[in-house]
Amino acid sequence: MSAAVEVHDVSKVFNAGRPNAVEALVDIDLTIEPGEFVSLIGPSGCGKSTALRLIANLLEPTSGEVLVNGKPALKARLDQDYGMAFQQAGLFDWRTVAKNVELPLELKGWDKAKRRTRALEMLDLVKLGDFADHFPWQLSGGMQQRVAIGRALAAHPPLLLMDEPFGALDEMTREHMQAELLRICGETSSTVVFVTHSIPEAVYLSTRVVVMSPRPGRITDVIGVDLGPRRGLETREAVAFFEKITEVREALRGIDTSDLA
Amino acid sequence: MNRSPRALALLVLPPVVFGIAFLALWEAAVNVFDFQPYFLPAPSSIWQQFLENATLIWDAAKVSGTNALVGLIAGTVLGIALSFVLGRFRLLNELVTPLAIALNAVPIFVLVAVFNNMFSITSEVPRRLMVTLVVEFIVLVNVTRGLREVGAIQLELMRSYAASEVAITRKVRVPNAVPYLFTALKIAAPAAVITAFVSEYFGGSQNGLGSRIVSNIAISKNAAAWAYVLGACLVGLAFYLVSVALERVATPGGVGRNDRDGA
Repeated sequence: MSAAVEVHDVSKVFNAGRPNAVEALVDIDLTIEPGEFVSLIGPSGCGKSTALRLIANLLEPTSGEVLVNGKPALKARLDQDYGMAFQQAGLFDWRTVAKNVELPLELKGWDKAKRRTRALEMLDLVKLGDFADHFPWQLSGGMQQRVAIGRALAAHPPLLLMDEPFGALDEMTREHMQAELLRICGETSSTVVFVTHSIPEAVYLSTRVVVMSPRPGRITDVIGVDLGPRRGLETREAVAFFEKITEVREALRGIDTSDLA
Repeated sequence: MNRSPRALALLVLPPVVFGIAFLALWEAAVNVFDFQPYFLPAPSSIWQQFLENATLIWDAAKVSGTNALVGLIAGTVLGIALSFVLGRFRLLNELVTPLAIALNAVPIFVLVAVFNNMFSITSEVPRRLMVTLVVEFIVLVNVTRGLREVGAIQLELMRSYAASEVAITRKVRVPNAVPYLFTALKIAAPAAVITAFVSEYFGGSQNGLGSRIVSNIAISKNAAAWAYVLGACLVGLAFYLVSVALERVATPGGVGRNDRDGA
C-alpha cells in the first residue's frame, strides 16, 4: 500500500525570476501514511498553507515531486482523491445545506437519489441531520463549518486536507469541533493533513506535529504524539498532553531565537 | 417573514401618514396662498382630472408602458448575453466596458433624436431602442460583477473538485449573479419607464404619457398634465413592484441572504 502523501524535495518560489520573488518553501520532505493525522504548525508566513495547496494541486511546486495515494498530485486532484475544508466554510448561499454537501457528488456525476442519500448520511455524521433543508445563512458559524467538513467527506475521499478550519470559531465551539473531527475521522478512517497555528489544537488532534519556520518556509521538527485513540475531556487535562504542548512550544520557540540571531 | 401586526403597522403607518399630511399641506397651501392653476394645481383638482381622463390616461399608459416593457426585456436579454461574453473574454471586456460607459454618459435625448431620423415618424422603435440601451447598460454592469465577484475559497473548492470552467460558470458564477441581476432590474424597471416618457419629448407619435404631459402643459391645462404625471408615477411603481415580486419568487430561500448582507 502506497503512502497517503509523499512530498519529495519540494520547493516553491512565488514570482520566480522576478525582483519580487519569494521563497515560500525550501526542501520539504514529508511522508504521511494512511490513517495518520498530521498537523502543520508554525508562525504566519512559514508556508504551511502553501504546503497544503501543493498537496491539493491547487499550486504547482517549483521543484520536487508531490504524490497522493501513489499518483502525481494532478492526477489525484482530477480523481478527487481528497476533500478540502478552509477557514471560511465557503458554503454556497443559494443551495440548501444538503445541496451544498451534494456538490462534489454532482460534479462526479452521481445520480440524484444516490447524492441525496449520501448527503443525508454525511449530515447525520456531522450531527446536522435536522438541518438538511435549511440555508447556510440560517446556521451558526460552527454549524456551517460542520457542513463544510461533511461536504469535504461526502465522496468518501481517503485524504482530508484542512486549512485552519476552526480558526474563525470561538474557543468553546473549537474544542467541541476538534472532538467531533476526531470522532468523524475514527468512523471514516481518513488520513488528515491539518494546518493550524494553535499548539493545543495540533497536539490534541494529531499523531504527528510538523513544526515549520518562515523565511524561507522549511520543516524544523517533527514531533510524534501518542495520546491514545480515545481522546476526550480528560485528555486536555492529562500530564502527557501538557508535556507535548511544551515540547511543541519549545520547538517553535527555537525558530524565534534563530530568527532573532 | 412573519411580522407581527404591530410591527407591520409601524412599517406601513409612517409613510402613509406622511403622504396624507403632505397632500393636505399642498391642498391647504394652494387655497391659503391662492395659487393660480397654471402655477400649481391642487391635489383635489388633479385627482378630478385623473378620474375624468381615466380612459385617455390608461390608453397613453399602455403605449408608454409597452415601450418601456419591450425595451426592458430586450435590454435585459442583451445585457445578460453581453456580460457572459465579456466575462469569458477579458480583453473584450477591457475594450467594451469603457465604450459602454462613454455611451451611457451621452445625454440619452441626443440618441433619441438620432434614432428618430433612422425610422419613420410614427415608429415606436426609436423609443424602444432608447429604453433598451439604458436598461442594457444597467444590467451589463451588475451582472458582469455578479459573474466575476465569486469568493476565492469557492473557486479553490471547485478546482479541488476538478470542475471544468463550464461547471464553475453553471454552478457558481450564474447563481452568484442572480441577486445582482435583480438589483439591476429594480434600478432598470423604473429607469425604463422614465426613459420611455422622456423619449416621447423628441417628436414622433403624440400617443404616450410623456407627450400628453408636454401637450397639456403647452395649452395650460396644468391639472390635466399633472393627472398624466400621476399616471406615469403609477406605471413606474407597477414596474418596480413587479421586479421586486420577481426577485422574491426567483431567490431560493427568500431574500433573507440579501437582507443579511445588507444588499
